[in-house]
Amino acid sequence: MSLPRYAAGRSLLGLGQVAGITAIVFVLTEALPGDAAVVIAGDQPDPARIAAIRADLDLDRPAWQRYLDWLTDLLRGDLGVSLISQRPIVDRLADSAGATLLLAAVTLLVLVPLAVALGMLAARREGGRLDRTVSAVSVALYAVPEFALAILLIAVFGVRLGWLPPTAFGADLLAQPSVLVLPLLVLLARPICTISRLTRAGMIDALRGEHVRHARRLGITGSRLWLRHALPGALAPVVQQLARTTDWLLGGVIVVEAVFVIPGLGTALVDAVATRDIPTVQALCVLVAVTTVLVNLAADLVAFRLAPRIGVVR
Amino acid sequence: MIHPSVTVPRVSRRGLLGGVAAVSAALLTGCGPSDDTAGSAVGQPRRGGRLRAAFAGGGVNETLDPHLANLFNEASRAKAMFDKLADYGPDVSIQPRLAESWEPSSDLTRWRITLRQATFHDGRPVRAADVLHSYARITDPKRAFRARASLDLLDLPNSRTVDDRTLELALKRPFAEFPNALAAFGAYIVPEGADSFERPVGSGPFSFDSWQPGRSLLLKRYDGYWEGAAHLDELEYLISNEEPARVNALLAGQVDYAHDITPTTARTHADSGRISVTRMPNSTMQSFAMKVDRPPFDNRDLREAMFLLTDRQQLVDTVLAGSGQVGNDLFGKGYQYYADDIAQRTRDLDRARFLIDKAGAKGLRITLDTASVASGFVEAASVFTEQAAQAGLVIETAMGNKDTYWKDILDSGVLASYRSGAMPIETHISQRLLTNSTTNATRWARPEFDALYAKAISSTDETTRRQAYGDMQRTLHAEGGFLIWGFADFLVATAPGVGGVSADAPANTLDWARFDKVWLG
Repeated sequence: MSLPRYAAGRSLLGLGQVAGITAIVFVLTEALPGDAAVVIAGDQPDPARIAAIRADLDLDRPAWQRYLDWLTDLLRGDLGVSLISQRPIVDRLADSAGATLLLAAVTLLVLVPLAVALGMLAARREGGRLDRTVSAVSVALYAVPEFALAILLIAVFGVRLGWLPPTAFGADLLAQPSVLVLPLLVLLARPICTISRLTRAGMIDALRGEHVRHARRLGITGSRLWLRHALPGALAPVVQQLARTTDWLLGGVIVVEAVFVIPGLGTALVDAVATRDIPTVQALCVLVAVTTVLVNLAADLVAFRLAPRIGVVR
Repeated sequence: MIHPSVTVPRVSRRGLLGGVAAVSAALLTGCGPSDDTAGSAVGQPRRGGRLRAAFAGGGVNETLDPHLANLFNEASRAKAMFDKLADYGPDVSIQPRLAESWEPSSDLTRWRITLRQATFHDGRPVRAADVLHSYARITDPKRAFRARASLDLLDLPNSRTVDDRTLELALKRPFAEFPNALAAFGAYIVPEGADSFERPVGSGPFSFDSWQPGRSLLLKRYDGYWEGAAHLDELEYLISNEEPARVNALLAGQVDYAHDITPTTARTHADSGRISVTRMPNSTMQSFAMKVDRPPFDNRDLREAMFLLTDRQQLVDTVLAGSGQVGNDLFGKGYQYYADDIAQRTRDLDRARFLIDKAGAKGLRITLDTASVASGFVEAASVFTEQAAQAGLVIETAMGNKDTYWKDILDSGVLASYRSGAMPIETHISQRLLTNSTTNATRWARPEFDALYAKAISSTDETTRRQAYGDMQRTLHAEGGFLIWGFADFLVATAPGVGGVSADAPANTLDWARFDKVWLG
């Protein structure tokens, strides 16, 4: 199969996935008890007021009509306006996406070199002291849930010692990068384990593989053998895992955003669901679905390049 | 004293760069201003600085439309940028604000209001026409503004401006307590024609500067404020729905004010000197609502038994962690017209058991509806279940849906967790305790009670009104449906250098979450 054909097929599949997800989300949000009007009315549930809110938000029209209207707008690139604020959703999502994107990019920039290097170091002498140390530490980190690690780091470094800001309250993330340090540590903890373990396993496999043995027979040794001949093959499974991590980061890691007060996509989703702001929930789902499809597509193409056999099998 | 104000990262960077050697220094400087002022009284008002206030909020969907204000931060921002004609004082009596004075006609259906000399942030004077526009917007039947319930009795077509600073408001029926409506939650005055609030223009002590929804709102002092300019140069609202995050940010000097903290936090840090806690008593009524129109609580004896089996002090000590006062089954402790001459009810298990037997309710299973919709609801339900068991009643707690709770308990069930923020006692009665009240959670409907209310609000005589409110409260105390066991304090935490935070303003009153009287030490 050629690369372009493969890419085209994957894109079509992705489009179908996005459409399916929006429909499922719409049905599920409709099934939640209480519509936006009841939630907005809160502790003042005067029936006349609820009816007025419902009419104001256009909620008295049948659900399928609202869904179709929304789909039509979407095809025209219009994500609609928030039920709650009546402002264009796209502006608000752009704001939230900025924070999430920045955090994801920084995390990946640190994660990839660090985890791959650790994995390679561990693979140098399988079962050696370094290998065992890296394994023990990374597995231990993996075992701690994000929120627990976050609370611990904040208590020690943010509040007790005062070395780092405990939250990103009102901070401009770019102007005050120190606010990103603690969230970064929390976000790194788990992926560093999976990525380094996969790199290690991949390297050990690759070093034993026919391809590398052949290179050795040709007299290639040392770092050239490792970086040029063993690493690409070892990285193919890593790239797939990295795609999952990227996807997780780009969706906005809700726990981390909440604890560190980073107003990213995860926070936006929580707020939208809490207020039954269905157009915003839908828009976020589309965004996340498109991201997932794109990230996985990119990962597949990279893996295809690194080790064509894997791409074909998939 | 130098406040770190906006230079939060300076402390952090110093700590990072200095490494281990800086640990002790960071510990000292990280909370420098706190340590300096711990234990000492906050000094004189000082002009200047930017106060950063952390609130819970509505996320990216929050609004600056003062008529839509609903959440704490929206209410606070609305009062920073706008004014009402009147507002609630510390005892929830009505204080004139933009209105300098009001004078009803003898039949209480026409109110002549004189406005103060005040200006909007763009320099235009606040005029009678702005008031009419604001009230027309709030009462628009196609909209659903919260204050509409209070202002609905306005007869706007028959209201008129007399001159720029005088107007005559016509009412659909006589109403002696009309100033209560002027002070209603969300009844803010906006400039004539205003309908978009992306860059709000109001007459309040702070003017709009910049806004990132869900993140921060920056306001600047308005020097032309009619009540005198604020002490602060700038006021920044920051948003986090996580109470620990608000407190951590305060401890680390990232914010100067954290709104709505838990009693546990207050206790944990009470003696550390790193934060000061301000308690605003009588802020939130804590209660159980019994529906009096259906079994089992249509039985007056059983209702009285419920009143008597309740150990109020235990509820306050456990559920509110001591941050509150016991209630006497009456709304509005400490508010204007509160019947404090009625003796405090105390626990009497023997009499409660006797009344339960008399009502034939021994061993009766009663479902208590609750939900984690307000802090302490679920805890209170569980403590109360224990107390009722001691008197021979079996209470089973049913956890409801958090989002639809308030609507669900209006019609269904027999017993439900209930709470309320501050409002005048008159408003509480008219919204919840009259035959035609729209949010009558106890289903209290008594023609003679309605008549007493009508008497109170149609009399110009203060003594008559006070008498009528007293009579209504005596009836409710004896046999009403609200078992009001306590009033929770509202807690805010500030950096110790912050002064001017009012300690006697129940939540929702004028001085609560108000910043023009606050200063940075």
